[in-house]
Amino acid sequence: MNILETPSDKLLAGIRTLLAVKGIATADEVAERIRITDSASPARGAAMVARAWTEPAFRELMLRDGTAAAESMGVPMRGLPPLGVLENTDETHHLVVCTLCSCYPRAVLGYPPFWFKSAAYRARAVRDPRGLLVDFGTSIPAEMKLEVVDSTADYRWMVLPVRPAGTEGWSAEQLAGLVREGDMIGVTIPKGP
Amino acid sequence: MQGASMKLKPGTTVQVKLDWPETRGPCHIRTPHYLRGHTGVVVRHLGDYPNPEDLAFDRPAPVLPLYHVRFPLAGLWPDAKGDDTILVELYGSWLEAA
Amino acid sequence: MTEDTPRAMHDLGGVAKFMCEAVDVEPHELTDFDREVDAIRGILGAKQVMSVDELRRCIEAIPEADYHRMSYYQRWIRSITDNLLRKGIITEAELRMAMEA
Repeated sequence: MNILETPSDKLLAGIRTLLAVKGIATADEVAERIRITDSASPARGAAMVARAWTEPAFRELMLRDGTAAAESMGVPMRGLPPLGVLENTDETHHLVVCTLCSCYPRAVLGYPPFWFKSAAYRARAVRDPRGLLVDFGTSIPAEMKLEVVDSTADYRWMVLPVRPAGTEGWSAEQLAGLVREGDMIGVTIPKGP
Repeated sequence: MQGASMKLKPGTTVQVKLDWPETRGPCHIRTPHYLRGHTGVVVRHLGDYPNPEDLAFDRPAPVLPLYHVRFPLAGLWPDAKGDDTILVELYGSWLEAA
Repeated sequence: MTEDTPRAMHDLGGVAKFMCEAVDVEPHELTDFDREVDAIRGILGAKQVMSVDELRRCIEAIPEADYHRMSYYQRWIRSITDNLLRKGIITEAELRMAMEA
């Protein structure tokens, strides 16, 4: 039998052992890596969005150089793909997909969600994006342009959503609480109070 | 390799090569099938990066310019309509002057 | 159109057979298996043992029926194994022994 067809749990057990024996990845290194990866979550992206909504200079930096904006908020970006940020406006809504695999702005949003990696999402986003958004309970007005961003190469893309109405005077912390994972990919829109 | 050797300016109309390396053996392609042969407009130069088609095989990888290119959705699919667009990262080696 | 093109199986943009498939928008918790495979991939990348492009290439080499049946991280461990074998970092005999232990 082709060894690659071995059940995945067994493959992992074998690889885990060999990488440790060869000093490539020890159990401690793996545990540390999991800890670091688990520490990234949509809260990071939400904090960036909220700051962009409240500080024009930060918004400008975030749109010009997402990597620098993330670093300035303490997100480790060294050795990671550059982060690009696309701004939603009253005229244009962005929706991010990776049709070829599942490129995702993990540094600021954490692990990609299940739906982002699914064949249905990857297939439909570039052909019937408005129909796809219905699955998320999202409707984009007909007069608003929708731009689908197929993340095919070296960048990772996140969306800067439109600040919801009725949040005038809110603090950045309060605003960050409104921003969900899907809002920063464009499948949903942050809701005001 | 016209697009690979010169920097394309924003606003330049380009055509994605109508090429199918998939039919010629093992390869790793970052230009989605649905764009091959289609015409779009360069939005911005995103920087220069080693060619993933070579990195995937652990070969020396020439550095290529990477562009954001915009395509009208309605031009890509028979069932699509309206003014919606697709924005995609494409390497200069896949782009030709239209 | 799409259905006439010699696209690779992972190249899913606009593929007709998925156009009527609903997206499962429910949250799915990652398993310990998922996290460990993800971490191993990260370490192999950071140590320049295997690039993300190499990971993708060997995911793309998975037969189509298997690709759609396997979970996301099952594809990854298969690709990681494929890469380590191809690059001679591990041998098949070593791997069989390690899996039996």
